[in-house]
Amino acid sequence: MGRYILNRLFVSLITAWVLVTLVFFLIRLLPGDPFLSEKVTPEIKANMMKYYGLDKPIHIQYATFLGNLLKGDFGYSLRYKNRTVNEVINQAFPYSADLGIRAVIFAAIAGVTLGIIAALNRNRSWDYLSMFIAIVGVSVPSFVIGPLLQYVFATKLKLLPVSQWKGFAYTIMPTFALSLHSLALMARLMRASMLDVVNQDYIKTAKAKGLSPFQIIWKHQIRNAILPVVTVLGPVTATLLTGTFVVEQIFAIPGLGKFYILGIQNLDYSLVLGMTTFYGLFLIAANFVVDIIYGLVDPRIRLAR
Amino acid sequence: MERLLEVKDLEVSFRTYAGEIKAVRGVSFHVDRGETVAIVGESGCGKTVTVQTIMRLIPMPPGFIKNGSIIFDGKDIAKLSEKEMEHVRGSEMSMVFQDPMTSLNPTMRVGAQIAESLIKHQKMPPKQARERAIEMLKLVGIPNAEKRVDQYPHEFSGGMRQRAMIAIALACSPKLLIADEPTTALDVTIQAQILDLMRDLQKKLNTSIIIITHNLGVVANLAERVLVMYAGKIIERGSLDEIFYNPRHPYTWGLLMSVPTSELDKSKRLASIDGTPPDLFAPPVGCAFAARCEYAMKICYERYPEDFTVGDGHRVACWLMHPMAPEVKPPVGKGVTLS
Ligand SMILES: Nc1ncnc2c1ncn2[C@@H]1O[C@H](COP(=O)(O)OP(=O)(O)O)[C@@H](O)[C@H]1O
Ligand code: SF4
Ligand SMILES: [Mg+2]
Repeated sequence: MGRYILNRLFVSLITAWVLVTLVFFLIRLLPGDPFLSEKVTPEIKANMMKYYGLDKPIHIQYATFLGNLLKGDFGYSLRYKNRTVNEVINQAFPYSADLGIRAVIFAAIAGVTLGIIAALNRNRSWDYLSMFIAIVGVSVPSFVIGPLLQYVFATKLKLLPVSQWKGFAYTIMPTFALSLHSLALMARLMRASMLDVVNQDYIKTAKAKGLSPFQIIWKHQIRNAILPVVTVLGPVTATLLTGTFVVEQIFAIPGLGKFYILGIQNLDYSLVLGMTTFYGLFLIAANFVVDIIYGLVDPRIRLAR
Repeated sequence: MERLLEVKDLEVSFRTYAGEIKAVRGVSFHVDRGETVAIVGESGCGKTVTVQTIMRLIPMPPGFIKNGSIIFDGKDIAKLSEKEMEHVRGSEMSMVFQDPMTSLNPTMRVGAQIAESLIKHQKMPPKQARERAIEMLKLVGIPNAEKRVDQYPHEFSGGMRQRAMIAIALACSPKLLIADEPTTALDVTIQAQILDLMRDLQKKLNTSIIIITHNLGVVANLAERVLVMYAGKIIERGSLDEIFYNPRHPYTWGLLMSVPTSELDKSKRLASIDGTPPDLFAPPVGCAFAARCEYAMKICYERYPEDFTVGDGHRVACWLMHPMAPEVKPPVGKGVTLS
């Protein structure tokens, strides 16, 4: 297991470095520069470029950037005067993370449960109902579901607050809107996996031991069926955490989404770079954790070296 | 000897879209306490369905018991509820399956898989069940049992997995062990080891065994009686000696001729019986083997040959046994020596 973790860690670090480097150079390829839109004279602009170090040769900029990054410093925003990127992230990220993590947990638990219910009631009404939900969930995007939920549950039924992020009741609709797609995906995967496992020989072995149907399902079928679902947990986490931006806009949640969009529009190099790096590292870390979880649930991987 | 299992007129079918597959078509046999009985026959002849019906492991639907009774230790298995059946499976009778690579749960420690039935049937506390699992692993000849007990199936070789399967099956000292082609998926050398192990355990524990195989050679040193199955029926039965040295059914001759009898033989292509078993959707009215039998007569196609008794416990379903049938010299039997 130790070797396995080290191995995963190494791969994660390389991925992180490639990501950071790519973003650093790519954003500088975009047309224009950060101070283009401001009514500034060439002298002032030159001063600003100098102030932010943007006049230096690119490899020096890159080296400085990497050096600061290692200290966890993303630098100053080019547009929000006197605010560091770290401050922006510190202020806004907790909202995005809160929403994203709620969505991951809800999608995983509800998706797996739905898949199990469907598989255990194969070709009966529960199965059809679950799979109907799954198909709707996969095909309807969050920017449709979100306003729809707002209309039904907030405007019409007045059961839930329309927007903002001020307590549990506020989290329900955004979490649901964000997670529905992934939930549906996991439900379908879990169902297929359950139906595959039930035909495996070891299920017959379990039955031949005299175990009850409940014991067989719980200890043998679900435990094995969940493996493929765990493998998609990484990508799903990535989708959900980045997907928060859209849902944040719909429900007016003060997360990172707004800053990201403005940052790109204004070519705020350090803000975009900082946030992308931050998100990238966060997702790589999430994938790393999922890899470890996968190693824990599947002994064949854990003991591979 | 006392009867442990008595199967009478058992008929098992499967309902499929294409029609009813008559997999077992009236099988009767018994197993005494402490006895080893072999069921042999080509693949698809209904061996697995027969024994899995005895343990009620056949998925129903599509399968169903059309007729017959299975009396095991005084109980009619066919009439037990699913709940009652749980107390029989793994505790009074258990099964070792053909493929040890897929029959163990890959995400569960081997020891836990052995302990499971002890916890269920004997209400053992987990710690004690683990100790017992180690004893079982030792009993089936797995070295380093204390370490192996906590390993996962993929850390075991094929032969060791089959030993572990046997340990699982024997954990609760069942009265009947059913081994469905337990060596078919293994290398020849490993096959011999597993068979030796089963024979030793049988002597030690005095469990009754039903062993299934499509290779008669496998049971030569193990079984006391042999049932030869073809197309869902038992077409010849008798003591091991009778079947090996005085076989009477042309199908049994065919099976015997396809047994490798020496190392030399293994390099040669073995004789196999020409043709394929009949369609189980609509089995023939007469002898099911007629289409492949070089001795087939007119009556063979018209009427099913009821059992002819040819010796003590030796019965044959073949018209050749009829007093009016022509004399046929068996191509195998006397003089055939098996390794
Ligand atoms: N679940 C099932 N559904 C339909 N047919 C089946 C099923 N299981 C077995 N059969 C049929 O029953 C017949 C006997 O199979 P089986 O007992 O497995 O043969 P053997 O073990 O002798 O090789 C085969 O023709 C097979 O196609
Ligand atoms: S009954 Fe007839 S067809 Fe069948 S095995 Fe005997 S001789 Fe051959
Ligand atoms: Mg079989």
